[in-house]
Amino acid sequence: MSAAPGAPLLSIDKLARSFGALSAVAGVSLAVGRAERRAVIGPNGAGKTTLFNLITGQLAPSGGRVVFDGVPVTGLAPHAVARRGISRSFQRNNLFPGLTVLESLRLAAAADGRGSYRLFGDVARLRAPLDRARETAAAVGLADRIDAPAGALSYGEQRQLEVGIALATRPKLLLLDEPTAGMSPEETDRMTRLLVGLPREVTLLIIEHDMDVVASLADRVTVLHYGEVLLEGSFAEVKADPRVYEVYLGSA
Amino acid sequence: MSPARRAVVLVALGLGVLAVAAFPWVAGNYPVKLLQEILIWGIFAMSLDLLMGYAGMVSFGHSAFFGIGGYVAALALKQSAGVVSALVLPALASGLAALVIGFFSIRVGGVYFIMLTLAFSQMFHAYTFQVAWLGAEDGLVGIPRPTVAGVSLATTRSFHLYLLVLAGLAALALWRIVRSPFGHVLRGIRENEARMEAVGYAVGRYKLLAFTVAGTLAGLAGALYAQFNGSITPDAFFWTTSGEALLMVIIGGVGTLGGAVLGAAAFILLQSLVSTYTERWMLILGLTFVGFVLFAPGGIVGALRGRLGLRA
Repeated sequence: MSAAPGAPLLSIDKLARSFGALSAVAGVSLAVGRAERRAVIGPNGAGKTTLFNLITGQLAPSGGRVVFDGVPVTGLAPHAVARRGISRSFQRNNLFPGLTVLESLRLAAAADGRGSYRLFGDVARLRAPLDRARETAAAVGLADRIDAPAGALSYGEQRQLEVGIALATRPKLLLLDEPTAGMSPEETDRMTRLLVGLPREVTLLIIEHDMDVVASLADRVTVLHYGEVLLEGSFAEVKADPRVYEVYLGSA
Repeated sequence: MSPARRAVVLVALGLGVLAVAAFPWVAGNYPVKLLQEILIWGIFAMSLDLLMGYAGMVSFGHSAFFGIGGYVAALALKQSAGVVSALVLPALASGLAALVIGFFSIRVGGVYFIMLTLAFSQMFHAYTFQVAWLGAEDGLVGIPRPTVAGVSLATTRSFHLYLLVLAGLAALALWRIVRSPFGHVLRGIRENEARMEAVGYAVGRYKLLAFTVAGTLAGLAGALYAQFNGSITPDAFFWTTSGEALLMVIIGGVGTLGGAVLGAAAFILLQSLVSTYTERWMLILGLTFVGFVLFAPGGIVGALRGRLGLRA
């Protein structure tokens, strides 16, 4: 099912979605290569989160195509998109407040469905999801908090769990929606180190406002403005482009 | 739970089961009838707790499956009084009905799910209330009790043990289910349905399976209720049947299974105790319910846990 080597892992073609008269995403095309780390930046209302929602099936597009790993995934339900290897974190914490860190990560790790319809049998005996959950807890810096309920974690820890749940599904493509949103500078540093340390084979598409995070993480940067791609390039290229300053200052 | 505490719990549970089993040999007819009613409603309330307490699906139409189980058992037992008529056919019929009703109802959440399940159950009530072949408002009477493995359940004692075994099996099955991988998926759905969908779970299928399992067990309870009374009326389908099960679950403690049985016991004992003194037993029951919701939102089990310093 995989596309030829060298072909992009994710390829988006003229993707569009409007809400009434508002075109939130107005024909976005972009391609993300395997193992690439791509940042999507742009002022508030540029359509970044809507773009994520269109890719992962939370919203149905009004036009355009999404091809992942050589297979069209346009308009599939979120669980079907996730099963194909696209996972995402959310801008606002979207956790299981009453479940512990380990339980949350184990659920995400078991989301391939194997064994999840089993009405009997002890969940603790399914080794693979449990191992994956522990491994992920370590990767997002929550190894010593595995028995804490998600609702009892600090905000920064909840952001780490937010990324952890997305990571535990073993995605080929990980979409991160402002992982450092609302974090203190120390927490942001910690999250940046965590993201830099992610396995290199996981392709990243990340929405981020903090330019230091973008600089230390992204191979390439796509700038969205009013639902369209303004430009795309390396961080240095984007940083040097006067149009980027205009859109940010113009919206401030 | 520490091994010592686990042993204490197991011994207490074993003694409790023995006491319930021996009850018809030491107690009079009326208390035994009450205990049997508690066992039947305990199964019904536990099946609702699987939906409410674990999957977060508050159904107000659980009487549909109780009634279907009761009517199918009544019709089948009149043909042949065996275990197939008494248990297998009612469970299959109510499970199938739950699959169909669930297919439509799980598409919506919250108050819409409540109203849709209520509407489905009241359609059955309206139908059974009117059609002659099901006895209309008088229901079906003269339902024989089955003979299981050569033993007639016509006597109070044999029927009592039959109820106890079935209630025990239902409790054990549900206890295993909520600890299984499937049970954990249900808890995830209760906590955050959208995120479960986003990590790759086809949430609708899990909810439908939970609804079907709960409906099947509710049908089993209804079948036992028909055998217990020797009759079944459209009341089995009426919304108050669903409402009483909801009260039992809430009084006992949502999401604890054991609480559903304690809630059934509290409800039935209170009803029989208070109704011997006053016609207004519903008023007393209402006040009790209000008291629980305000002062012990965790129900009987929650209050006990708080007192004993136990955690879930």
